[in-house]
Amino acid sequence: MVPLSDDLRSSIVDRLRADLGDDLVDVHLIPDVDLWVRVTASAWRQAGTSLRAAGFDYFCFLSAIDWMPSPYGRGEDDPSAEPAEEDPSASEIRQGYAGGETRFQLVARVTDIRRHVSVTLKADLPEDADGRMSVASWIPVHAGANWHERETHEMFGIHFEGHPDLRNMYLPGDFEGHPLRKDFPLLARMVKPWPGIVDVEPMPVSADGGDES
Amino acid sequence: MTMLSERQQLSYIAAQAADARLNVELETEGMTLNIGPQHPATHGTLRIIARLDGEQVVWAEPSAGYMHRGYEKLTEVRTYPQVTALINRIDWLGSFANEVPFILAAEQLMEVEAPPRAQHIRTILFELSRIANVSLFLGDLGVQMGAVTPVFMAFRDREYVLNLIEGATGGRFHPNFDRIGGLKDDLPKGWIDETRQVMKKLRNFCDEIEDLLFGNEIFQSRTRGIGVIPAEVAKEYGLSGANLRASGVDWDLRRDQKLPLAYDKVDFKVWTHPDGDSWARCWIRLQEVREATRIVDQLIETIPSGPVMAKVPRIIKVPEGEAWVSTENPLGEMGYYVVSKGDLGPFRVKIRSASFNNISITPWVLKGVYVPDIITILASLYFILGDIDR
Repeated sequence: MVPLSDDLRSSIVDRLRADLGDDLVDVHLIPDVDLWVRVTASAWRQAGTSLRAAGFDYFCFLSAIDWMPSPYGRGEDDPSAEPAEEDPSASEIRQGYAGGETRFQLVARVTDIRRHVSVTLKADLPEDADGRMSVASWIPVHAGANWHERETHEMFGIHFEGHPDLRNMYLPGDFEGHPLRKDFPLLARMVKPWPGIVDVEPMPVSADGGDES
Repeated sequence: MTMLSERQQLSYIAAQAADARLNVELETEGMTLNIGPQHPATHGTLRIIARLDGEQVVWAEPSAGYMHRGYEKLTEVRTYPQVTALINRIDWLGSFANEVPFILAAEQLMEVEAPPRAQHIRTILFELSRIANVSLFLGDLGVQMGAVTPVFMAFRDREYVLNLIEGATGGRFHPNFDRIGGLKDDLPKGWIDETRQVMKKLRNFCDEIEDLLFGNEIFQSRTRGIGVIPAEVAKEYGLSGANLRASGVDWDLRRDQKLPLAYDKVDFKVWTHPDGDSWARCWIRLQEVREATRIVDQLIETIPSGPVMAKVPRIIKVPEGEAWVSTENPLGEMGYYVVSKGDLGPFRVKIRSASFNNISITPWVLKGVYVPDIITILASLYFILGDIDR
């Protein structure tokens, strides 16, 4: 039985709308399951502050999504096979819940421990002329965002204004590229075909077939 | 504002004083201490760089990433059933628990629910991985302070639990047993009796550890009042699991969220401690192992009959959508944000691992502590390297 309305989550949306006004762009609510709210990038920090004031003081995570379909496919294709026909819809960017307009979106999740409810915040990230993206850091809202923003900066190349220390966490300091972008090739799959494709080989014939040599 | 005990206040004052001392003219010459990446106290390859003023830490920074395996990228080229083989290796001491939230997220998107028997057995195995994981923590705790005996007891008794996990799943460390829609297999014959015996042994182990370690004067003086984390700070950094409950926050995802697991059918206590120091974190974990044995005891008596696998298509395609599921893993809140585009594999998976957040507080908590306390505080925060780097 899925209830049709969710008063608790609706009241959170109302409160956010009162605080943010037009900066709250879209809402996706699955009653009794979860709530997604999309805000503008300029209101990113304000949305965090507003939620924190509303009781969402537990910081869960912060990351980003690259909505561009990978130009390399799923890396499971047989390199010797003929290329499949171009499907125009395959390269189309489709955003998920609560919509969106840009290729990159920020995602963050905060929880209200007293009311047992969480919100997933999203924000579109417009790229400037040089392809750079920038958004206000969440460290003043949740100090724990520090490492998450470092990770997001490293993996997606998103700049966080006001972050004191955006060094790489995992990769060498002079590493070029942002590995979790969809156009960053997974080299292991590039240099050697996925061993899983041997599954399509015909099975060896049984002992009396004499094909096993 | 959180009420602070006198002990907590003193440790704050000490931290502030260490900060201030750097600014006065009579500054002692500082030194930089590098711990790790290869160091017995780092449980793997975590490197800590600490700036010292005498014996006191003024600034400390953990440096992770020596074991980054890029699981978030790898999931994008795997199918859903293949992903569980990867995520088993995130927190390698409690592997089965890693699989559950991911499978639940996929099930939520597919609108499939595992049959009651599978949910029940899942919960049992989940708690068994908690026992296997945290019992090793309890043993290891002694080693960090120079007591060697507890670790042998921990390895001895953890073996019983690993045998149980192996008996049911076929794998001691990486079971890869959870499937979308249920479990790979049913429990073997005689497993339930065996489990009943082992849970008794584990409770004895907890009693022994409590006597040996928690009652020990050295242990107490090295952990009480050390590394205090107030509740507000803990929540802001996203600390979870025992670390959060040791700061007095009553929050347990087993009790506080609705998931298709069997936790609503058992009676268990969520332990909290008001102090927020190293001792509280260790003590909470000890109680949680005990509580986990009680949960297993209750669950094995009430396993419903029926199939362990729901009807799912042979080739699994997950409908378009997004889902977040997190569970109370041995290390804390472990969650997966799964974005599906209706393919054979996920479009994007954000892995929220507990240790990443738990360790991100170290620059804050290590400020002002003495050098030997670095080790006990890190040990009490309890991290698994694979869970930080993923």
